[in-house]
Amino acid sequence: MAERAPAAEIGPLDGLRIDHAGTTLAALPPSTRLALHGAAELAGAVGATFGVMPMHEACRAASSGARAALWLGPDEWLLLAEPDAGAGILQALTAALAGKPHSLVDVSHRQTGIGLEGPEAQAVLNAGCPLDLDPAVFPQGSCTRTVFARAEITLWRTGAESFRIDVLRSFAPYLWQLLEEALREAAAASVSG
Amino acid sequence: MRTPSGGRIDRARPLRFRFDGRALNGCAGDTLASALLANGIHLVGRSFKYHRPRGIMAAGADEPNALVTVARDAARHTPNLRATQVELYEGLAAESQNRWPSLAFDTAAVNDLISPLLPAGFYYKTFMWPPRAWHRLYEPKIRAMAGLGRAAELPDPDRYAQRYAHCDVLVVGTGPAGLAAALAAAAAGARVVLCDEQAEPGGSLLAEPHATIEGQPAQAWLAEALRQIGASGRVRLLPRTTAFGYFPHNMIGLLQRITDHLPTPGPDLPREVLWQVRAKQVVLAAGAIERPLVFPGNDRPGIMLADAGRTYLNRYGVRPGQTVVVATAHDAAYQAALDLAAAGVRIALIADLRREAEGVLPQAARAAGLPVSVRTVITGTNGRLRISAARTGHVEGDGSVSARDAVPCDALLMSGGFTPSIHLFSQSRGALRFDRDLAAYLPDAPAEAVHCAGACAGIFGLGAVLESGYRAGAEAAVAAGHGAAPARAMPVDAAVEATGGFLGQVPQAIAGRGRAFVDFQNDVTAKDLKLAVREGFQSVEHVKRYTTTGMATDQGKTSNMNALGILSDTLGRPIPQIGLTTFRMPYTPVTFGAFAGHARGAQFDPVRRTPIHPAAEAAGAVFEDVGTWKRARYFPHGGEGMHAAVNRECLAVRNGVGMFDATTLGKIEVVGPDAAEFLERLYVNPWAKLAPGRCRYGLLLREDGSIMDDGVVGRVAPDRFHLTTTTGGAPAVMAMMEDYRQTEWPELNVWLTSVTEQWAVVAVQGPRAREVLAPLVEGIDISASTMPHMSLRDGSIGGIPCRLFRVSFSGELGFEVNVPANHGRALWEMIGQAGAAHGIVPYGTETMHVLRAEKGYVIVGQDTDGTVSLDDAGLAWAIGKNKRDFVGKRSLARPDMQRADRKQFVGLLTEDPAVVLEEGAQIVADPAQPVPMTMIGHVTSSYFSAVLGRSIALAMVAGGRARMGSRLHVPMPGRTIAVTVAAPVFVDPEGEKLNG
Repeated sequence: MAERAPAAEIGPLDGLRIDHAGTTLAALPPSTRLALHGAAELAGAVGATFGVMPMHEACRAASSGARAALWLGPDEWLLLAEPDAGAGILQALTAALAGKPHSLVDVSHRQTGIGLEGPEAQAVLNAGCPLDLDPAVFPQGSCTRTVFARAEITLWRTGAESFRIDVLRSFAPYLWQLLEEALREAAAASVSG
Repeated sequence: MRTPSGGRIDRARPLRFRFDGRALNGCAGDTLASALLANGIHLVGRSFKYHRPRGIMAAGADEPNALVTVARDAARHTPNLRATQVELYEGLAAESQNRWPSLAFDTAAVNDLISPLLPAGFYYKTFMWPPRAWHRLYEPKIRAMAGLGRAAELPDPDRYAQRYAHCDVLVVGTGPAGLAAALAAAAAGARVVLCDEQAEPGGSLLAEPHATIEGQPAQAWLAEALRQIGASGRVRLLPRTTAFGYFPHNMIGLLQRITDHLPTPGPDLPREVLWQVRAKQVVLAAGAIERPLVFPGNDRPGIMLADAGRTYLNRYGVRPGQTVVVATAHDAAYQAALDLAAAGVRIALIADLRREAEGVLPQAARAAGLPVSVRTVITGTNGRLRISAARTGHVEGDGSVSARDAVPCDALLMSGGFTPSIHLFSQSRGALRFDRDLAAYLPDAPAEAVHCAGACAGIFGLGAVLESGYRAGAEAAVAAGHGAAPARAMPVDAAVEATGGFLGQVPQAIAGRGRAFVDFQNDVTAKDLKLAVREGFQSVEHVKRYTTTGMATDQGKTSNMNALGILSDTLGRPIPQIGLTTFRMPYTPVTFGAFAGHARGAQFDPVRRTPIHPAAEAAGAVFEDVGTWKRARYFPHGGEGMHAAVNRECLAVRNGVGMFDATTLGKIEVVGPDAAEFLERLYVNPWAKLAPGRCRYGLLLREDGSIMDDGVVGRVAPDRFHLTTTTGGAPAVMAMMEDYRQTEWPELNVWLTSVTEQWAVVAVQGPRAREVLAPLVEGIDISASTMPHMSLRDGSIGGIPCRLFRVSFSGELGFEVNVPANHGRALWEMIGQAGAAHGIVPYGTETMHVLRAEKGYVIVGQDTDGTVSLDDAGLAWAIGKNKRDFVGKRSLARPDMQRADRKQFVGLLTEDPAVVLEEGAQIVADPAQPVPMTMIGHVTSSYFSAVLGRSIALAMVAGGRARMGSRLHVPMPGRTIAVTVAAPVFVDPEGEKLNG
């Protein structure tokens, strides 16, 4: 059987992007996503292999370049990396963690990423997310699993006015429509004062 | 009636508006009520029950009478708005309600003439018989007669937004107490949300022309306070925002009106925003509501609350009348009289029902030459559509009333004192206490982290109000974890605190003569309340429901305390022993749109589609809802109906090959050294000996022993399982497994990862399935010898990494190809193209159902319900015989689970093969038995089987397995269908095709 080039991947929000009054909502390119479970002591071995040390502190993300480790539970992290690196990272981590109880599952296609950035970003999120996103409470580097309306999301504050949202792919169109509505309204309200 | 100057309206910005079609003029800053009054219009509505002419009584949310409909167009049509809260805009069009043919001449006002025939409880007494007439005749007629405005019948085209917010201190009200609280909390460094239902912050300060605060006139101080609040950067000020509900744990519901005051709102602006604010501390500075006096004819247009009259004059530059009678039991009304007199209004009489009035304000009124008469009550009013005179009486030493002159007037201001607005505090379940001196219920022990300040806490007098507000704000900030606010005295130069007040019915010469209204909106009179007591109602809760007092849309804001006063007098018991009805949210009505927010139309609920959905859509699939998923139900060709399409799809799978989108199946990856042990404890099946690369059909029970879910479990590696669940059961199974993992067996090294959405799945089923897939897969030998039924392999297909299962839910040779979801569509198209040479046919859920029914495979939730056990379903073989325990095992030993007459899973064959039974139909043994017949079972699944050329059905029948071959009956309307009990496997009972 001859080698065939894999067909193009199709994500649920490919290429979508809108901008209102300086706040931008954009579908992010594909990412490698690995669900890592295990004891907190894994962090050292993971860090040495993956290049980013998972945090022990609750709801904190560590990141370096395209790679990040998001704390989602006392024994759970979401590892993010560049799209083509999944197989290599899986192999390296599996070797590094051999003999240490853990679970490593490739969930790259389970979710899709949405970037939200600009002065209205926090207001847009609070249209459907009940968490306190004040920078004093949820500063840059915070991450958590939460909800937006009826969709479960993973939320990571990547900057003072920028957030990354990862959402289950079948919920992505629903979430996108709600975020777009909220952004349109927040922008209109900020302009009209 | 507009004054030449003064007030906060902008005379340089005139606005045109229409009321009942009549073109009128107002000013920017007006409410609809103030603009109508400026045009000399008091008559604005008809009452609910008697259709009596009614005017504007208040200046705020407490208005019971002036309810209007404001319509921008046929869809944007809002009834029952209080004219006192409708901001005027250019082109506003308002209509009066509850009148026909016109406001001035309303035929239903005949109700007023026959009012002696409409006492309290009239409906309960009159419309009892015959009982059946209620729904058909009485209720429709009563509803047509009574009632308020009509709702729009078109869908609401406006946007409604929702926002969550958090703060240290939420301050409700921007009167002096609320402003002081916000200043203190912000100065202490707290994050503050400050809201007020009015367009402009300031509360009573907006109508205060005399007082000074911190050396500045009150309104200059207000502007400075707002500047400081804005400059703090710590306060979110929300005008036009009503705190309508106080929910547990300091969650407050706010309704912000964004566009109702705009002549041409932008299309992107929401009409309203529903805020859900979680506050560490709450300061309630909600103020107080003035009480009407209950005297005969107290509802005529032109009669309003004294403080409202003062507000219209000082804030809106409108005189409520030219010749005004003031009726009062409180000193505050004298300030209104003084302000009106200074604006050129003739004060015809100040009738004070108290024995004496010697306070600073009454003395000032006398000094200004205003006619003050104590021990004087209003005994009636003249005029039809507007008051023309007030009849007066003198209260003698023995309490009797002797008639005095009728005083001509075109307006009457009344004050029975002030009722603190404890609505939100009471909603928060805070305790209330009755204060005898104030004759008011006040906040007592709080149930939430809440502080009350100003008039809503029974604190009156500007200086005391500011002090209480600043203190409450500072205390709230400290309680929220901030430091102390800097000390700030707010010295005032203002009139001293006004005192007085009266509850109940004003003394009258002849008891019971004339109608003295207590609840204006529901047309409840003092006489109605007394009648209710005479008829035996004693509890305030019963009196309320019998008379409907306090049950209108204003929830008795102006009436509840007077009703209590009348009950107290009539029952001879003090008010605290009578109690108080419960305050409920919302404080003022909230639109359904605000509660719905974006959850309407396509956004009502998430609609989940698989990556293959667009391809199925392009192939003409008809979709059905399965939970929140859209699934392809069948793929009609040309003009095919469902049955024709399903017959064709079924035959294609049985005789050739079909492809099916199985992506929605729940999938969980269970990983860890203890993964097998974990599954041993959960499932009824044994797992320890399942080899990597092999699969097993797994069954989960609830703790009560009934079937919870099923699915194939594959062992990927010694420490890794890939398990599937039903589409609808996926979240519940994940939650149940996490629950056991975290709370029951934390010692196990095992973790769960939901991979439902990671994989797109295409099932390829049929005798030619292997021929289709063999040329596509890479690195996997799918021959029968190396990849038997119930096995799995990881590899790739057309360059896409895949996890391939050999499984079947059709009874045919079958594979399920899992690929990462973004490759799903490519996989579907690849298989479709490769399968074309083999005649591959895409099929949907309907065909999948028929195929599995032909094999007798149960669908959990269709063939089973929460009562069905494994044995009932014929699945007891799955139980691992040597297992010590699993979830639900103990319940299987219950005597009820062993009964021989439990309903059991069987097949049914109709005697007429063309007849397809209805799912859900009941089954009887004796069709001749008179009704009610003994029902021994029901049909759970029923289809026409194309491959068998006849109908088949699955059923749960009592003792069914012992009835094989026997004849039963399915009674249907008009006929009874005879059936024969059969084994529930109709096709290939030996499973030869499956293992081919």
